[in-house]
Amino acid sequence: MSGSETTAGGLSRRAAYEARQRKRALRVAAGSTAAVVLALVLLVPLAPGWEKVQRSFFNREVFAKTFPGLLEAFLTNIYIFAWCAPLIAVLGLVIALCRDVRAPALYPLRLFGAIYTDVFRGLPVILVIYLVGFGIPGLGLPRPWNSPYIWGSLALILVYAAYVAEIIRSGIDSIHGSQRAAAASLGLNEKDTMRFVVLPQAIRNVAPANMNMFIALQKDVALLSFIGPVEIFRQAGVYKSLMANFTPYVGAALIFLAVTIPATRYADYLMQKQRRART
Amino acid sequence: MRIAVTSALVATMMASTAMAGGHAGCADGKTLEEGVLTIATGNPAYYPWVLDDAPESGEGFEAAVAYAVAAEMGFKADAVKWVRTSFDEAIQPGAKDFDFNMQQYSITPEREMMIDFSEPYYSSAMAVLTTGAVVDGGAEATIASLKGLKWGAVATTTAVPMIAGLIAPDSDPLLYGDNTDVTAALQAGQIDAALFDLPTALYLSAVVVENGAILGQFPADRSEAPDQFGLLMEDGNALKECVDGALAALKDSGALAELEAQWLQQATGVPVIE
Repeated sequence: MSGSETTAGGLSRRAAYEARQRKRALRVAAGSTAAVVLALVLLVPLAPGWEKVQRSFFNREVFAKTFPGLLEAFLTNIYIFAWCAPLIAVLGLVIALCRDVRAPALYPLRLFGAIYTDVFRGLPVILVIYLVGFGIPGLGLPRPWNSPYIWGSLALILVYAAYVAEIIRSGIDSIHGSQRAAAASLGLNEKDTMRFVVLPQAIRNVAPANMNMFIALQKDVALLSFIGPVEIFRQAGVYKSLMANFTPYVGAALIFLAVTIPATRYADYLMQKQRRART
Repeated sequence: MRIAVTSALVATMMASTAMAGGHAGCADGKTLEEGVLTIATGNPAYYPWVLDDAPESGEGFEAAVAYAVAAEMGFKADAVKWVRTSFDEAIQPGAKDFDFNMQQYSITPEREMMIDFSEPYYSSAMAVLTTGAVVDGGAEATIASLKGLKWGAVATTTAVPMIAGLIAPDSDPLLYGDNTDVTAALQAGQIDAALFDLPTALYLSAVVVENGAILGQFPADRSEAPDQFGLLMEDGNALKECVDGALAALKDSGALAELEAQWLQQATGVPVIE
């Protein structure tokens, strides 16, 4: 036995040392986390108003009574999200392509794309929802074409498409010009270059950023409640005012978190995967 | 005429204050600020409860009742301070910045578990606000006809459970943040009808909604799902007994009914829904 020393487990001394260090770091992290949690659990209830806060925000009875209704209302959020998301993706892509048009004759498209993103990114979502959700039906459309679901969704689509368009455009810009030149030298025309060379790379590059937009959209669906639909946020508000208790909002928040945390983690995972693929 | 009525009222109020000397002093040491009664109302406060969003004027039913209650409790008009709160601020846990809050709060047992209400100062009829177009379309003041309408309401009000309880419409109602949004939806034809307390409905149909109409009312003395307004106070507020005493005195002397007749008088002649 000459040369490198090994321990009983077959690890080098260096590896064993690192493993010990890792374990130690884990122990310290767990210990400090436990200390913080313990302090919160023990100290917060000592605050003089804790009992009242607990009764208003963390009321077991109210929670049990309202949670099933909240879950049911959350279905409305899911529906609205489900039909908005694909339309946002399509419209966002179209606007991004408008902004990338290079032929001089099509300059009006470019201008439209720029004005569109400027306007809809600049407006508060809630204003667009009011304007489109009450304004357009107010022009005298018959039912069911004046439904707040249709026009409220359109408002969300208009605003979010502007953000997504900008993200996709940044993706397109991130593709080096040499790619286009290479495609041209292969005999691809401009349309095919965009379709087969630039877009596939661009969209892959910005997938995590778009993922974040959809997480934000999932929360902003609640803004549609301003123009009538009774989704989870509004349902929680109804319970709140009937019982003079804020616990239903906590219930709604838990339901939101149950969806957004896995989604955020997935976006993180995608981003990391991309980083690894590049290096 | 208004001036004559008001001065007559002030006279009765002063008389009743003199008679009800027992209530003065009850509030000593129980208000936020010694010698000052802090009253909260909505932001904005709506007609006919408060005229011109100016409760300090004492004009409008709730503003007038507030000053009458204050006088009964021994506070002069200049010892009354107004603040504004939203519904949510009124029910949040912790210290309140008002002695009592007055913005058409309906008394319900669920709410009473979290906050205190005074004795009721008004029993509200609930009215169906709609548009002439819907009435022309054949809507009638019968439950059967009302069931077929598309309903709307302000989400933070007891109108929501009342629509379910009194009418039980065929499709789910749409809910909004405030009166303005409900009338916008009514105007856009997204809803056919909305449920409000009668005074608010009368105001909205006459002034706000173009071609507005009141289809009918569920009278104030209905046995099912009654709606009574109370002054909202922090849970366990010591002032409650003084406020209740003042309201009882105003009811006994007839002053409360006079204020109601003065500020909410047009509320008759609306067909009752069978």
